[in-house]
Amino acid sequence: MVQLSLPTNSKVEKGQYYKDKTGSKNIRKVNVYRWDPSKNENPRLDTYEVDMDNCSSKVLDILNKIKNEIDPSVAYRRSCAHGVCGSCAMNMNGKNGLACTKAHTELDGDIDIYPLPHLKVLKDLIGDLSTLYKQYESVEPWLKTSKVNDKENIQSKGDRAKLDGLYECIMCACCSTSCPSYWWNGEKYLGPAVLLQAYRWIIDSRDEDRKERLKKVADELKLYRCHTILNCTNACPKGLNPAKAIAEIKKMLATA
Amino acid sequence: MSAYKIIDHEYDVVVLGAGGSGLRAAVGLSEAGLKTACVSKVFPTRSHTSAAQGGISAALGNMGEDDWRWHMYDTVKGADWLGDQDSIEYLCKEAPAAVLELEKYGVPFSRTEEGKIYQRPFGGMTKNYGNETVQRTCAAADRTGHAILHTLYGQALKHNTEFFIEYFALDLIMKDGACKGIIAWNLNDGTIHRFRSHTTIIATGGYGKVYYSATSAHTCTGDGNAMALRAGLPLQDMEFVQFHPTGIYGHGTLISEGVRGEGGYLVNSKGERFMERYAPKAKDLASRDVVSRSIAVEINEGRGIGKEQDHVHLHIDHLDPKVIDERLPGISEASKLFANVDVTKEPIPVVPTVHYNMGGIPTNYKAEVLTVNGSEKTVPGLMAIGEAACVSVHGANRLGSNSLIDLVVFGRAAAKRAAELVKPGMKHDEIDKNETDRCLDRFDKLRNSEGSNPTSELRLSMQKTMQSKCAVFRSEKTLKEGVNEIRKPYDGMDSLSVKDKSLIFNTDLVETLEFDNLIRQAITTMDSAYHRKESRGAHAREDFPNRDDENYMQHTLSWCSGSKTKINYRPVHRSTLTNDVQYFPPQERVY
Repeated sequence: MVQLSLPTNSKVEKGQYYKDKTGSKNIRKVNVYRWDPSKNENPRLDTYEVDMDNCSSKVLDILNKIKNEIDPSVAYRRSCAHGVCGSCAMNMNGKNGLACTKAHTELDGDIDIYPLPHLKVLKDLIGDLSTLYKQYESVEPWLKTSKVNDKENIQSKGDRAKLDGLYECIMCACCSTSCPSYWWNGEKYLGPAVLLQAYRWIIDSRDEDRKERLKKVADELKLYRCHTILNCTNACPKGLNPAKAIAEIKKMLATA
Repeated sequence: MSAYKIIDHEYDVVVLGAGGSGLRAAVGLSEAGLKTACVSKVFPTRSHTSAAQGGISAALGNMGEDDWRWHMYDTVKGADWLGDQDSIEYLCKEAPAAVLELEKYGVPFSRTEEGKIYQRPFGGMTKNYGNETVQRTCAAADRTGHAILHTLYGQALKHNTEFFIEYFALDLIMKDGACKGIIAWNLNDGTIHRFRSHTTIIATGGYGKVYYSATSAHTCTGDGNAMALRAGLPLQDMEFVQFHPTGIYGHGTLISEGVRGEGGYLVNSKGERFMERYAPKAKDLASRDVVSRSIAVEINEGRGIGKEQDHVHLHIDHLDPKVIDERLPGISEASKLFANVDVTKEPIPVVPTVHYNMGGIPTNYKAEVLTVNGSEKTVPGLMAIGEAACVSVHGANRLGSNSLIDLVVFGRAAAKRAAELVKPGMKHDEIDKNETDRCLDRFDKLRNSEGSNPTSELRLSMQKTMQSKCAVFRSEKTLKEGVNEIRKPYDGMDSLSVKDKSLIFNTDLVETLEFDNLIRQAITTMDSAYHRKESRGAHAREDFPNRDDENYMQHTLSWCSGSKTKINYRPVHRSTLTNDVQYFPPQERVY
């Protein structure tokens, strides 16, 4: 058995315990990962007793309740609250998802909330996504066409349908941060989120740069670190299938 | 406040906000060779444009005859004649080119059989000056805003726009009535940044979060509007708050008007399609203020649905599941997630929900910010676009799908105008140190608040007051109470409590700064509503049920200092921009 030893300052310690003050009979324990960059302390797991009789249905509602009523210092990203902006991606009871669409009734026992795995943590549940954003830029996510007239491109319904399941991606990073290959080679492997976006432009019938796009991504590290583990597809909160998009790219390259 | 380290930047133009309008402006500015910074408190694709569903209006005529003049008439009528017709002409005339440009950028629009951009019917959009329904709203399924936002971000990357992401803007830097830039707080590392610019473009969106129940994102706090107020500038037409007829009951999630565009309809507890009574011609596709009021009347008169009889039902279960799957997939998903409803079998429980702010920073059609000094005058160095602005194309009520087109048309107009006014590399003026000090004093004071009122409590009190006193129907009594009550949470800031004192991703402080922004807008909204003694568009007074063109064909201007407001008016522009179209004089507004 391999012995792993973590740097001492990365060990998650037991944090504060916030006892319920409402007298509720319907309490749930919620453990939240906390780390403050301005303090020279290890990360810790704070526990909050939350009154579930007065809490709406999603994990984000729990976090908002904690922030509004118990501890305003807990930090997380959130915006639209209905699964379209991709801000509140986090790890809940071991699985990545959006806090705003994840019903807490689907989680068993105490609820453990961590930042997305294998990101540099900026504070509490907020991870650093700057590498992923740079990788997104690298696939040049814009239409390349030589047509300069002022008419629209004609695209058949069939060709447009090829973009379904791709353009809906909200870049929440649930997929990429669930991927073991991305954990180990995140600097070089593009990861499922970005490869899905790459494929969205490769397969767009209006784009004239398909060959170049394929050539650019056909790289041992950028693409072929995908070992079809399929964690990405399991993790996607929008029901998309990044693994299939990657497979399609590989197929196009193999048959080109 | 010498305690804060300040990092200085110089740009030709600073765009504040990275939603649809901010990104479109940034693209145009970068194309024009201007050194442009785009500053946003969230990563661009997290902006609230992503939540726009149904579509973007433009008289392309892909699905039957259409004319931008018809679009203009509909917009004027939808606005209940409070819109400025020069700006509305500009919007509707420029709309088709703006949509085709988006298509060229790569927006994955749904398609017709011939492969053209698909267009669907939408509320208030008609043929031949109000005659029959027209298909004018261009759609990417029911995720049009998402598709446009992501595409515009890609274009901004293509043009190497410089982004400052997760920077929270604090205040405008003003000098002798002109804007010289902004001050912002970098959440990533806690530093303070001073951006000097020849033109600052505010594109910070709406302020829906002054209400308890809104389709708006948590981040819709109108930060730019509040910055304008603090700079001594007025906001315009703040009393006009759009309630979307169909937010999911109990949760507030938006259900697109596109649902009714594709054939969905509303029913009350008696199973009646009640919209037939209120809008015999347009029925469920009347404009939003009309439908929201109709639902409110049904509920008030006891024909609401549910234990509390406090909502109505929206049906699409009669539609072909294939149509739902192709054109309304996001609606199916949201209904399942937030109402536990299978839309192919059951109706969706809905209720009017705060959705959009027609009011905002007054501008002309070139996006230049206006104030009054005897007559209208522009504020040098300052522009506003998108929901933050009040151009005013939406007047007293915005038509569905006119907001997305507003973003790109005026985003483009702002870039064009800025390129005329600013030449690359122009020298920057000296700025007064007092401006920075005043801004950081406020920041520091809020950060070090050691009182007893948590921000969340004050915010809740504000939201509940707005929800109960400044709702779909208003009266002298509710508004008078509202004018008093809305000042309580403001006064509560005297003993504010901020627990987190750190500077990196201090979201306790972010929410406090956002509350400080929201409360000023809540006050101006309430006071503006109190002073408008007529009913027009989204502003429905029970005690003044009629429109009063004699006294109120005017935009409300409200200044706010502390919790004190000053209300004034400026006349609605009663002429068009060119001779391509005639002015549409006020008429009775029936659908």
